[in-house]
Amino acid sequence: MDLLKLFIAALLVNNIVLMRFLALCSYVGMTAEPGPALGMGWAVTFVMVLAGVATWFLNVFILQPLGLSFLSTLIFILVIASLVQLVEIYLRKSIPSLYHVMGIYLPLITTNCAILGLTFINQREGYTLIQSIVNSIGVALGYTLAMLLLANLRQRIKHSNIPKFLEGYPIVFILTAILAVAFMGFTGMAK
Amino acid sequence: MKQLWKDFVNGIISENAVLKLMIGLCPVLAVSTTVMNGIGMGLATTFVLLGSNITIALIRNVVPKEIRIPVFIIIIATFVTITDLSMAAYFPSLHKTLGIFIPLIVVNCIIMGRAEAFASRNTLIRAIADGLGMGIGFILTLVVLSGVREFLGNGTILGISLPFKGFEPALIMILPPGAFFAIGIMIAIFNNLFKLKSDGGHKHGSA
Repeated sequence: MDLLKLFIAALLVNNIVLMRFLALCSYVGMTAEPGPALGMGWAVTFVMVLAGVATWFLNVFILQPLGLSFLSTLIFILVIASLVQLVEIYLRKSIPSLYHVMGIYLPLITTNCAILGLTFINQREGYTLIQSIVNSIGVALGYTLAMLLLANLRQRIKHSNIPKFLEGYPIVFILTAILAVAFMGFTGMAK
Repeated sequence: MKQLWKDFVNGIISENAVLKLMIGLCPVLAVSTTVMNGIGMGLATTFVLLGSNITIALIRNVVPKEIRIPVFIIIIATFVTITDLSMAAYFPSLHKTLGIFIPLIVVNCIIMGRAEAFASRNTLIRAIADGLGMGIGFILTLVVLSGVREFLGNGTILGISLPFKGFEPALIMILPPGAFFAIGIMIAIFNNLFKLKSDGGHKHGSA
């Protein structure tokens, strides 16, 4: 039950993009079409869960016992960067079909702040392994959901009359603001 | 000298990282609830940017091309750790409000972007001018945005309440939707003011 609450909180209440302001670069950069938005969503989900697990083990078995927590920024970013490389090599050799779906997005993920942000959130909240995994999945799906919602909204306004003043990126942010208002309705469902 | 001045002002208007290039948005939106937080975040980012620009410009001829990205990441992460620990020691309350956005300076695209696009190809003195310009452009953006949000959302600037009769602060401006509204309008004004055309998101590939 608590895990379900944690999942809902990560997915909706504290949505990583709309409520926590992470991963905004890819959020405005990759949502011109729904296809790439979804591809990016899957790639992030994949790496995020792996990174959540990997950094949990590192944190609990290496950084904390040795009192090296002050190095976590340095270590976590290196772990994520190497993880992305490994996943890319593995996918290209072993599962080419999946590589075609998310391959081109993988290199961009290293600098996606949602992933590094998630590992810090897991570390600061002191989650157990199961909690970390559930939280990672929730956050990642929340990211995918936000990407898809915006991509489809942008698709729909493509041919509508936007005030000249707001053309381009400004209207994207106005749409996001309205989405964020909607997501605020989830506040209080779970903490 | 003229070149240095050009490098410096470049980061403030024509290549303003946030308003023009749409990078480094996350911390800008997240911490701009009060002007104080905005200034704190701006200074911390500028320090890291300047530090990494200087270090990278100094070692740019020594680092092999193939491994430059990991080297840059480690340099940036080192400066971020320095900032994180110093802020925790000297400004504990600010450090607490900014939370995970201090360590997240590591993945702020502005810093990596300038390291790769500028500091690794130019002389030390030009890298310093560039770092300062980009940093000041970032601070100005943060100050204006957080000023607007703090005033509209809370009726104060830097914690001092402004005496406007009949003005009711709208709480939504300091909640997440207000950040998106404010930055959207701000980008629109910036683009119209400087006659810059944003490409409407046809650009792919920024992460």
